[in-house]
Amino acid sequence: MILPWLVLIPFIGGLLCWLTENMGLKLPRYIALASMALVLVLSLWLWATGDYQLTAVGDSPSWSQEFRIGWIDRFGITIHLALDGLSLVMIMLTGFLGVLAVGCSWSEITKRVGFFHLNLMWIIGAVVGVFLAIDLFLFFFFWEVMLVPMYFLIALWGHSGSKGNSRIRAAIKFFIYTQASGLLMLLSILGVVFAHYYQTGIFTFDYQVLLDTPIGGALGMVLMLGFFIAFAVKLPVVPLHGWLPDAHAQAPTAGSVDLAGILLKTAAYGMLRFAVPLFPEQSAMFAPVAMALGLIGIYYGAVLAFSQTDIKRLVACSSISHMGFVLIAIYSGSALALQGAVVLMVAHAFSAAGLFIISGQLYERLHTRDMREMGGLFGRIGALPGFALVFVMASLGIPGTGNFIGEFLILFGAFESVPWVVVIASGGLVLAAVYSLVLMHRVYYGAPKADTALEGLRVRETLMLGLLLVLLLLTGFFPQLVLDVSAQSMTEVAQWFSVPSSLQ
Amino acid sequence: MNLTLTHLFAILPLIIVGITVVVVMLSAAWRRHHFLNATLTVIGLNLALASVVWVYFAGQGAVAPDLASSAVGFPTLVTPLVMIDGYALFYMALILVAALACSTLANAYLEGLDEHREEFYLLLLSSTMGAMLLVSSIHMVSLFLGLELMSVALYGMAAYTFKRRVSLESGIKYMVLSAVASSFLLFGMALLYAAYGTLEFASLGLRLVFEDSVGIWTLIGVGMMVIGLGFKLSIVPFHMWTPDVYEGAPAPVSAFLATVSKVAVFAVLVRFMIMSPTFDTKLHTVIAVLAALSMIVGNLLALGQTNLKRLLGYSSIAHLGYLLSAVVALRAGVTDGGGELSFTGQLVLETTGIYLATYVLTTLGAFGVVTLVSSPSRGQDVAQLHHFRGLFWRRPYLAVILTFMMLSLAGIPMTAGFIGKFYVLALNMNEELWWLAGTVVLGSAIGLYYYLRVMVSLYLAEPGEIQRDAAHDWGQRSGGVMVLIAALLTLLFGIYPQPLIDLVQAASPVGY
Repeated sequence: MILPWLVLIPFIGGLLCWLTENMGLKLPRYIALASMALVLVLSLWLWATGDYQLTAVGDSPSWSQEFRIGWIDRFGITIHLALDGLSLVMIMLTGFLGVLAVGCSWSEITKRVGFFHLNLMWIIGAVVGVFLAIDLFLFFFFWEVMLVPMYFLIALWGHSGSKGNSRIRAAIKFFIYTQASGLLMLLSILGVVFAHYYQTGIFTFDYQVLLDTPIGGALGMVLMLGFFIAFAVKLPVVPLHGWLPDAHAQAPTAGSVDLAGILLKTAAYGMLRFAVPLFPEQSAMFAPVAMALGLIGIYYGAVLAFSQTDIKRLVACSSISHMGFVLIAIYSGSALALQGAVVLMVAHAFSAAGLFIISGQLYERLHTRDMREMGGLFGRIGALPGFALVFVMASLGIPGTGNFIGEFLILFGAFESVPWVVVIASGGLVLAAVYSLVLMHRVYYGAPKADTALEGLRVRETLMLGLLLVLLLLTGFFPQLVLDVSAQSMTEVAQWFSVPSSLQ
Repeated sequence: MNLTLTHLFAILPLIIVGITVVVVMLSAAWRRHHFLNATLTVIGLNLALASVVWVYFAGQGAVAPDLASSAVGFPTLVTPLVMIDGYALFYMALILVAALACSTLANAYLEGLDEHREEFYLLLLSSTMGAMLLVSSIHMVSLFLGLELMSVALYGMAAYTFKRRVSLESGIKYMVLSAVASSFLLFGMALLYAAYGTLEFASLGLRLVFEDSVGIWTLIGVGMMVIGLGFKLSIVPFHMWTPDVYEGAPAPVSAFLATVSKVAVFAVLVRFMIMSPTFDTKLHTVIAVLAALSMIVGNLLALGQTNLKRLLGYSSIAHLGYLLSAVVALRAGVTDGGGELSFTGQLVLETTGIYLATYVLTTLGAFGVVTLVSSPSRGQDVAQLHHFRGLFWRRPYLAVILTFMMLSLAGIPMTAGFIGKFYVLALNMNEELWWLAGTVVLGSAIGLYYYLRVMVSLYLAEPGEIQRDAAHDWGQRSGGVMVLIAALLTLLFGIYPQPLIDLVQAASPVGY
């Protein structure tokens, strides 16, 4: 029974935040913080008590927790939640970043506090739902539900950008991109379901049942592409990334943290959980294209990041580059690379969240995100540049941080099957160093624009950044903590790639 | 054919509405009292709704009143014109609910009018009666009668606040164009009659089945009927009147037009297509193209609108386009070999029922909020988008309801609109109408833009704007209660649609 509560707590907490809006600014914040902490504690408890050891890989995925209840009988739709290592890692991440998101909007958001936290909580709730749902209809349901609050978050509390590029425009762009591609996924889901129906005469949206539905030929390819496009928009993969820089630049800090930290990861999760296992043959056929897109993403994202003047856009574009590695890992089909992808996702969530929080803190003090108006901040702003340095180094993949482990495992694991892709992808690491150092240089070094001292870090801010830093180093030095949990799930995914034909 | 008590019992809902028309007329002649007449109307509609339920269960044998010597059969054929079956009863109920909602809205709206408030209910009831006749008709004659009874009363309703130029204009525009459409329909029927010598849906279908090639006059006749009905449904390219009429007519009338008249015409169209199947595959191609055009054009034209009523008008064009793909799916007929309803046929009927029900709920909610914010006593209807700016900070619940309705129109999960869209997409996928499914997705993506624009403007505070507001006690008024109920039902069916699906499944027509 713990799984539905993981989903419900944020939704209920959000409503409470809204209802208590009139009772002062503090109350909604504490309610939000408490419900996020509760989600985090519950997921940690699941981690501590559950068994995620690598066991023999069977035909069906092995869940450590399951919850199932009927919903729409007409189509055999159930509320079916299940937890395995991969979802557990993602949910712990979600809970933790949820706490951070509440923390970093503590002083940034002063208007309509209750409604803000309603949206924030509902995003988290829907994301947890995405990570737990294994009924395809339910998955789609949560997938779409998280868009609406995110839309409001950007449209109402965002930063107004340059002319003709307002926050509402960014929000609408985000929404249309993801919603339209989501509908493509719905079409694919329906295609799979009807294929199953005509083979067996049974309507079901259940992932485990549909896994056994062989869909061959061109139809399977088209359906697979429907899934892939939906996830590719969210990841984002390069030709479909147009919404990301705008949405990030215009979103409030909490929104950016959620976007980069967990929303992008829902896409990678979707590929690992649905796109590949449901269509193993087609995915194997499609893998070269996907990896090529990943390579383009790595380079294009890096070049894009290099040419930005807005600090948040830079970080956003660097995410495109990092997600290129994840895409390559997913479609390389090697268990080691897949493990690397999980570590990279976790580490990237920490480092990107750190950089976005720092950008938010800079904005609170300087009221600009334009790097040309910064410069020489080292020494003027307390400990902040020190933290920034660590997160930037993590972003470029310095050993000792989780990012390094992730990228190393991906490149190492994929080398055996696709050496040339790995060789080309490695070049992207150089570019990562370039834009990261440029960021550091432009903002913190160089001639100071003014010599007045700015307000240093407050206790709350130090605490948040310090926590992120510790976790980043923890994943860097003890990646086994993550690897152990996700091993089972990743081995299963790799299995789909290696023996697609034997499973029919 | 003799009319027995059984038959009269079957058309009880129609009779009750008819009696209510007379009663309201007499009462208005006796004493002009707005509240009294409104109450009589609501009572009549509620009684009719109750009788729908009664007739349904009587037919099911759950309550079996011994009314006549002949056993109470269900479905009942009342004269060759009218068939009372589950299908007819379901849509009658939907129409009655929508009419009830519109009359409660009209009550709030008409309060601001100085004179002649009572006749409105007369028109509304007549129009409702026409719509109810329409959904139970299985004959061209009753189709035409119902359609005209519904439309003629609607002309009067659209032009009801005739002191406002736009209202008068919208009434006249609707009348002229509607009359043209009706004559097309009539001509089409005449051609079919000339070719086959019958006006019954069923025997028309029977003739067509045994015919190898369809004659040119038949094709022209059917084409003209499609034009006539397409006009009423505001399918592109017969949609020109829609935004103007929606904008000009009083808000409750626009709501009535968008719900009752669309539901009735669409229901009879589907029944006609089911009973006279396999017309010609060309016809289905034409309908598919019209559907795709409606989705795209309706959504594209809505993009630039600044008036909420116009915008809803264009959005209704797009929605009828989505729904029309259900008719395209009828190309293969609805029966399997053994005369049973096939899987596809079942899905088509469910899609139609669910989509229309969710669309009605959502449209009523949206127009309801517009009606509550606008009122004729303060000059024009205020339906410009900037009038709604920052509504959230003045009337939070009302704004949340409107937001929710916009999301439902856009088909986002957790709203009833999503269930409708889910059905449409499922139907298209099942029928392998790939390109039509793609068009639905494209249309929805375009549609999002303007739904979101409306939504976000509710939350933007703009100092110095002229702020128009709903009355403070809107929540206690009948219109406000109606809007709240619509919102709750939209949420309920969005999260747990199974009851609605069960209801629609029970409402299958006979005679396929």
